[in-house]
Amino acid sequence: MLKDITIGQHYPTGSLIHRLDPRTKIIGTFVFMAGLFMIRDFKAYLVVMALLLMVITGSKVPLRYVLKGLRPLMVLIMVTFFINLFMTRGTVFFQLGPVNMTWEGLRQGVFMALRLIFLIMGTSMLTLTTSPITLTDGIEHLLNPLKRVGVPAHELAMMMTIALRFIPTLLEETDKIMKAQMARGADFESGNLIHRAQSLVPLLVPLFISSFRRADDLAMAMEARCYRGGENRTRMKALKWQQADAAGLVLMSAFMGIMLWLRWY
Amino acid sequence: MEMNQQKPIIEVKGLTFEYRSHDEADLIALKEVTLNVSKGEHLVVIGHNGSGKSTLAKHLNALLLPTAGTVLVAGMDTKKQELLWEIRQTAGMVFQNPDNQIVATIVEEDVAFGPENLGIDPAEIGIRVTNALHRVDMSDYRHKAPHLLSGGQKQRIAIAGVIAMKPACIIFDEPTAMLDPSGRREVVNAIRNLNREEGITVIHITHFMEEAVEAHRVVVMEDGQLVMQGTPREVFARVDELKALGLDVPQMTDLAAELRSEGIDLPEDVLTVEEMVNHLCQLKSKN
Amino acid sequence: MSIKIQELTHTYNPGSPFETHALKNINLTIEPGEFIGLIGHTGSGKSTLIQHLNGLLKPTSGSIWIDGTDITKPGIKLKDIRKKVGLVFQYPEYQLFEETVAKDIAFGPANLNLDEQEIQKRVKEAMEMVKLPYEGLKDRSPFDLSGGQRRRVAIAGVLAMKPDILILDEPTASLDPRGRDEILDQIKTLHRQQQLTVILVSHSMEDIGRLVDRIIVMHQGTVALTGSPRTIFQQAEMLEEIGLGVPQITHLMKSMNQRGCALPEDVFTVEEAKEVILSYLRGSQHA
Repeated sequence: MLKDITIGQHYPTGSLIHRLDPRTKIIGTFVFMAGLFMIRDFKAYLVVMALLLMVITGSKVPLRYVLKGLRPLMVLIMVTFFINLFMTRGTVFFQLGPVNMTWEGLRQGVFMALRLIFLIMGTSMLTLTTSPITLTDGIEHLLNPLKRVGVPAHELAMMMTIALRFIPTLLEETDKIMKAQMARGADFESGNLIHRAQSLVPLLVPLFISSFRRADDLAMAMEARCYRGGENRTRMKALKWQQADAAGLVLMSAFMGIMLWLRWY
Repeated sequence: MEMNQQKPIIEVKGLTFEYRSHDEADLIALKEVTLNVSKGEHLVVIGHNGSGKSTLAKHLNALLLPTAGTVLVAGMDTKKQELLWEIRQTAGMVFQNPDNQIVATIVEEDVAFGPENLGIDPAEIGIRVTNALHRVDMSDYRHKAPHLLSGGQKQRIAIAGVIAMKPACIIFDEPTAMLDPSGRREVVNAIRNLNREEGITVIHITHFMEEAVEAHRVVVMEDGQLVMQGTPREVFARVDELKALGLDVPQMTDLAAELRSEGIDLPEDVLTVEEMVNHLCQLKSKN
Repeated sequence: MSIKIQELTHTYNPGSPFETHALKNINLTIEPGEFIGLIGHTGSGKSTLIQHLNGLLKPTSGSIWIDGTDITKPGIKLKDIRKKVGLVFQYPEYQLFEETVAKDIAFGPANLNLDEQEIQKRVKEAMEMVKLPYEGLKDRSPFDLSGGQRRRVAIAGVLAMKPDILILDEPTASLDPRGRDEILDQIKTLHRQQQLTVILVSHSMEDIGRLVDRIIVMHQGTVALTGSPRTIFQQAEMLEEIGLGVPQITHLMKSMNQRGCALPEDVFTVEEAKEVILSYLRGSQHA
């Protein structure tokens, strides 16, 4: 089940989009999100779709794989749809007891669901095409100007890297401890909510302890390799703006321009 | 020392270390340990858990500081804060758990971590990473995610990460304890090559006696002290003393001791199967 | 309590690009009271196999009969199986979670809904079985104990469920020689005194040779060989081909034979080798 989640995963293909500077992609993603929230009618979604298709094709990530990322969030999308469907006032076309469905609600539901779907697809393109370490690198660089006002850019980026590094390890560990406790007769699946919460103690306590042990070991290993924070640190792969990045930013500016134009005119 | 006129790379003098614990009396983990390691030496430290091996190891790159006595790494006193990074760059360290010492999500990024911390020029880091991966025979895995590798491969990545810092000396703290036999072989071979081919001084802590056989010198620790040292032959010949300490001896040495006790004329210092075969065949032909 | 495995196949992630056939058509019978050594290279399917024996994994096809009951049938109560088949995972000390040793060991029996008196009785017995002093340790936190002691607490936690079949996955991994010998001796005693069926997964051919009645060799998801240590260790070439080895003593005997000295090859402990070599050398003296 946990394995099915594709959000946040990296899908290496070596495409042009993969090779873009992470800063371009991060900025591009924010522009995309901002543009998406400016949309007022369906017309504009055609532009969004065109842009998404262009990026997905360019990235060589199979469309099916991108759509798979929607699956774990289907519930959220459905809830959004139905809340809008039921809660919007207007011309009723279906009535069942206290529940009213309106044409306006249907439009609003589809509109909001689409916005969510495009939002998820767009942001997942960032992680699908950018390796976690490059992504954190990009974030660190973008946050760098904020260092002066006390934002610990390097530390935040390092924390993110380590978290990403240890997610698979901890998932594996969770599975192991769960099985070990099940071998001792533990039951994680039945009972009421309170009972289930209690049954998690034999899983969570060992997991916490082992995470602390790992953190301790890792801190020591990092110190032994001369880690002392971001000062005077170099990077093997320095980030470099290229022509493609400029092109990417131009494209995103154009997108923003169209969104603004569609909103005000 | 006659084999090496130079100053030893590591000098431990009267090292005592106490763990501060809040409820009970302070725990003495090391008692007046004195030990020199010369350049290019392959030293193996054995002893059972709690004998102070790991505590000693952590003193050699200033992860722990002595309660009393001194530790010099290439002449640098580990107590001098300003020398800390130079000391850690000179004496690298590989730990027991392969999972808990890899920082990055891609092999090459992890190997680059140490040199990056040293502030080395990016182009130079790239060269070092390539070389380090080549030396542990992991070049093909450069762009892989570490969590998909086997234990032995992860340990070799950890070793590459240390080599990329160009240390003069590497301390291995039970690097094979969590590995299966093939992983153990991979790591032991990598360690031996570093010592024999690259001339890197190796201090290898283990409780697998077979791994000690090829060392230049073996040191046995017990209760925070050095209780025996010598060549593997000299140390393993003392079968009864080692067994009394709860340690293993290579099976051939053990068998030789058993046969000697029955009046068979075998030397005390048989270590390998080949040697045993030779001795037995000689005995047979004498009869 | 017997185990019968018929045509057991297990495929991970069927139908996906990550599809792997972990077990292929396994057929095995294990008699009550047998001491089995399960060996195989990492990834050979050992872990997958043992997790089927107490229902932690469900077969893709095939069936498993424990004491005459097919545990793969729907509607089977897994708790009943886990009461009969105790499984000690690798590094079991990492699963400890309670405030005291006694409470942690009581976790298994409590899940069996036994009454408090019976639970306490079992805790005490289980601690005695693994040679942990009940009065001295029952109220201590498991996290204050040494590594070897913690591991024995974890094993006691499984023993307290009074299983008829005990499966241990590398119970001595990372322990020092003393800790290893203590645990193996206790397992041997348990097998003898309680008539437990024991399945021991280990990478140490020496330990396997010394302890078990029968060896099962796994390779690429199938049972490659099964038989007594004597018959298995005679197949040195085959074992080496699949990444395993033979005990050093067996290796010695083989080498002697290759040098033209007629020695039996089915010898794998130091004691046996001593006798064989003595009679070989002395026999020739009188000839």
